[in-house]
Amino acid sequence: MKGITTFIIKDILKNRIVILYTLILCGFSWSIFSLEDNVSKGILSLLNIILLIVPLVSVIFANIYMYNSTEFIELLVSQPVKRSSIWYAMFTGLAVALNAAFLIGIGIPVLLFIHPLTALVVILAGVLLTTIFVSVAMLCFILMRDKAKGIGLSIMLWLFLSLMYDGLVLFFMFQFADYPIEKIMVLLTAINPVDLARIQVLLQIDVAALMGYTGAIFKKLFGTQTGYFTSFIFMLVWIVVPYFFSLRLFKNKDL
Amino acid sequence: MIEINNLTKKFGKTTALRKVNLTLTSGTCVGLIGPNACGKTTLIKNILSMVVPTEGEIFFDGKNIHGDVFYKNNIGYMPQIGRYPENMSVRQVLQMIKNIRNHQGTEDKELFEAFEMEKIADKKMRTLSGGTTQKVSATLAFLFDPPVLILDEPTAGLDPIASEILRVKIIKEREKGKLILITSHLLSELDDLLTNIVFMQESVVVFNKTMEDLFAETGENRVSRAIHKLLKTEVLS
Repeated sequence: MKGITTFIIKDILKNRIVILYTLILCGFSWSIFSLEDNVSKGILSLLNIILLIVPLVSVIFANIYMYNSTEFIELLVSQPVKRSSIWYAMFTGLAVALNAAFLIGIGIPVLLFIHPLTALVVILAGVLLTTIFVSVAMLCFILMRDKAKGIGLSIMLWLFLSLMYDGLVLFFMFQFADYPIEKIMVLLTAINPVDLARIQVLLQIDVAALMGYTGAIFKKLFGTQTGYFTSFIFMLVWIVVPYFFSLRLFKNKDL
Repeated sequence: MIEINNLTKKFGKTTALRKVNLTLTSGTCVGLIGPNACGKTTLIKNILSMVVPTEGEIFFDGKNIHGDVFYKNNIGYMPQIGRYPENMSVRQVLQMIKNIRNHQGTEDKELFEAFEMEKIADKKMRTLSGGTTQKVSATLAFLFDPPVLILDEPTAGLDPIASEILRVKIIKEREKGKLILITSHLLSELDDLLTNIVFMQESVVVFNKTMEDLFAETGENRVSRAIHKLLKTEVLS
C-alpha cells in the first residue's frame, strides 16, 4: 500500500500545476512580508490567500486528479488491493502533496517572519483547510459519475463555504440584531471550517477587539485553550466525516 | 475452483445477471459466449469484485470472496478494454503491479518476450495504440503465472500474429491444468481452445456443456455451427 501512496505523491509533486501553485504561494508570502512593515497587516493579507486560494486550489485540483485517476483506480481494484487501501492511498497522496506545496509556499516564510506561536496557528489553519477540501473533493468525485458535474459541485461547495456562508450569516445577523443571538452566531461560525480558520488567525493578531461585542464573545469562547481545542475538533470532523462517507460509497461502487 | 451461487446483479432498473449458477473447475478452458449485453463482462467483473453483487455469492476455492481481496493473487485478468494511467510508462505499470501483488517466485516472461515489449517498455501508456495496450494487458495477465486466467475478448484488437501467439500461450497454460475463462464473439477462433462452453443470453446462463457433449448432441464439429444449430432447435422445440 505504501507503494501506491508514494507513487501518487511523486506523481502529484511532478505535476506542473502544483509546482506553479507552490511558486505563486511563495511569491505572495515573500512579497507581503518584504513590503509590509506591520506584521499584523501582513498576516491579514496572507489570511485572504489562505482562506480563499488554498481551499479553491485544493478542492479543484484534488477533484480533477480523482477523475483523471479513474483508470488507475479501476486497475487497482482488479488487483489484490483492498478498496479501503486504495481510497486511503488516494487521500494521503493528495493531502501530503498539496500540504507540502502549502508548507513550502507559505509555511516557511511565515515561520521566518512572524512570532512562532502565531505562525503555528496560521500554518495549522492552512494545513487543516487543505486537508478538509481534499476530503470534500473526494466526496464530490464519488457522488458524481460525470466529471463536469463533480467539478461543478466542488466549486459550489467552495463558493458556499468561503463566500456565501458569511453573507447568509451576516444577513441573519442583521435581521435578528435586536435579539440575543450571540450563541447562535458562535454555533453558526463553528460549523464552517473556513470561518473557524479565520477566527483563530484573527484572534492571534488582536483585531478581534475591532469586531465589537461578537468579537468579544468569540475571544472569550475561541480564544481559550478549550476554544482552540474545540475548533480543532470541529475541523477534524470536516476531514473525517466526508472521508468516511465517501469511503463507504466507494466500497460499494461498480467500476 | 470458482463457484457462483444464485448471482443477481442489477444496475438501477436493468438486470445484468439473473440468478446465475455456475461451477468452474481447474484444468478446463471455459468459453463464455453470448450476444452483446448478455452479461458476460458483468459476470467477470463480479468474479473480480469490481462490481458488487445485488444478490448471491461467489466462492473461490471454497471461500466466499465477499470482503476478501487476496484470492485475486490467483487470478490473471485481461480486460476487454485495458485502461491504464496515461502518464505511466509500460515498465512502470508492470513494476507497480509487481509491487502490489508482492509476487514471490518466478515470473512468466514468455509473452513479454514474444510481444517484444522491451521495445515499447519506456513509452507512455497514452501513446500506445489499442492493440499494443491489449498486448500489455495480456502480458500482465500471464506475468505472475496465476492458476486462474480470465480473458475478456482477448483477441479483439490484436493483429493475426499477436493473436496466434496468445492462442498458443493459452493452450500451453491449459495443459498445465489451469482454469481459463474466455469470452469472445469470434466463435471460429475458439475451436481448439475450449473444453467447455457456457452460453448466456439475456442475463441468464442458457447452457453449460462440455465440447464433446455439444458436438455429440448437434452432430457438428465446429463451435459456431454447433451453437447455431442448438439455438435453432431450442427455439423450435
